[in-house]
Formats: sequence, structure tokens, C-alpha cells
Amino acid sequence: MSEKPLHTLDPNNWAQSHADYLFNYTITRVNNEDLAKDIVQETFLSALKAKDNFKGLASERTWLISILKRKIIDYYRKINSKKGKAEVRMDFYEDGENKGKWIEERAPSSWGNEAEMKIENAELKSAIDTCVDFLPEKYRMVFLLKTVENYETEEICNELGITPSNLWVIIHRARHQLRKCLEENWFAK
Amino acid sequence: MSKFFINCDEATAICDKSQYKEATFWEKFKLSFHLFICKKCGLYTKQNAIVTKVCDKHLHKNECNHKFTEPEKIKLQENISKEVDK
Repeated sequence: MSEKPLHTLDPNNWAQSHADYLFNYTITRVNNEDLAKDIVQETFLSALKAKDNFKGLASERTWLISILKRKIIDYYRKINSKKGKAEVRMDFYEDGENKGKWIEERAPSSWGNEAEMKIENAELKSAIDTCVDFLPEKYRMVFLLKTVENYETEEICNELGITPSNLWVIIHRARHQLRKCLEENWFAK
Repeated sequence: MSKFFINCDEATAICDKSQYKEATFWEKFKLSFHLFICKKCGLYTKQNAIVTKVCDKHLHKNECNHKFTEPEKIKLQENISKEVDK
């Protein structure tokens, strides 16, 4: 009586069939090769444990990706809960009568008239790469997904289990740190 | 309706959001007003637009050409297959 499922699992070919695809999916989000490889392996192992839940309605790859997505959320939660360790230094007074005003020494200083022209310079690539690397990981992930991979706000929020207001606070802090970093290492030099 | 006068922290947050064209009309209105009275945020706004251009020009999408090496793949498959047989 039982109908034959549309799709079946073939774990003995997983590495060959899906590893690179999952690897690329992961690295876009975590930005670190070794870590991405570990997450891919964990995904396969979790998938095996859950293989009885596979109904054969979606393709093998789609099913693996859904497990991978949960792994990425878990990873993001883990780094997100490491409080204090990797906070961005804020540019504003946090309380008192000056709350929300620029802290004088962290306020922007002029980048000169040639800032626009300096954008084309190829060496600027390594400056911005370095500045992005300095971002705490939980900020870097969100910043890159939004700015470089051009994901919709809603998509990132769903993927990482955060709210839009969390996302904008993260973007706000990341951009403040990047501006400051580019100022110190490039534009004000 | 939320308050009309915003501080620098809030103003630059709107400026950051508007880099992605996601600031609302009312937010942009409050920001423009704040920029009338605040030079530092004016400078931030100008530089933020430059940061956006720098990112567009110099940060690139993942090319999707990352690969496991063949030996890594074999090892990975071994680790999986070991669990299959359990």
C-alpha cells in the first residue's frame, strides 16, 4: 500500500554529491574555511541521525540544507551569547545629559577633499578587508550578508533568528567601526 | 508619532539604514532636520556614503567556487559511512 517516496537518501555518496554545495552555502555566512568545513561535516552527521524523519518529499539536497540552516543558527547563537568579549566600542555617550551625543575623540574628522578620488585606489581593498576582519564575528556575519551578498533584511533575520531592530543595531555598530577604521588606516593618513 | 528631535546616535542609525534604502520617509525627514543643526553628523553622513562606495567597489560576493580537496572529501565520506553502518 505504501507509496514509493519521490526522493531517497544516499549517504554513501554525500561527500561527492553535496559537500561542495553545502561548503559554499556555509562560507558565505561564516566567512572561515575551516569552520565552514566543520559545520558541513556536523550537518551530514546530524542528518544521518535524523534520517528516519526524511519523508522523501523534498530532494536530498534541500533536506540537507534545512539541517545546515539550523546548524548556522546554532553557531550564530553561540557567538552572539559571548557577551562583552567582542563588543564594538560605541561612539556616543551612553547616559547622562550627553546621552546619544558624539564622544569628542570618536567623532568624525575630515577626510580631506580627495577622499572621493582615493576610492579607486586598488590598495584600498586590503584596507577595507582588514577593517572588516576587525569586526566582531557576530557583526561581520550580518554586515556582509546585508552589504555584500545583498540579502533582504527579512531573510537574514529568519536565517539567524534575530529581529529587524537587532539587525539595524548591528549594522549601525558595524558601520561606525568601519568608518573609524578606514579613517585611521586610510583616509586621514 | 515618535519624537521629532533626535540625538546623534539615532541620526547616524537612520543614516546607516538609508545606505540600504530602508529608512522611512519620516526617519529621513528627522535626519535632514538634525543635519541642519549638527556638523559632526553631516560629516558622518558624507563619509558613510563613501564607506558604501568603498564596500561596493572592493568587497566581493562569495564566488561559490570553494571546494573540499579530494583527500578531504574521502575522509569526510569515511566519517559519514562509519556512522551509516552503525
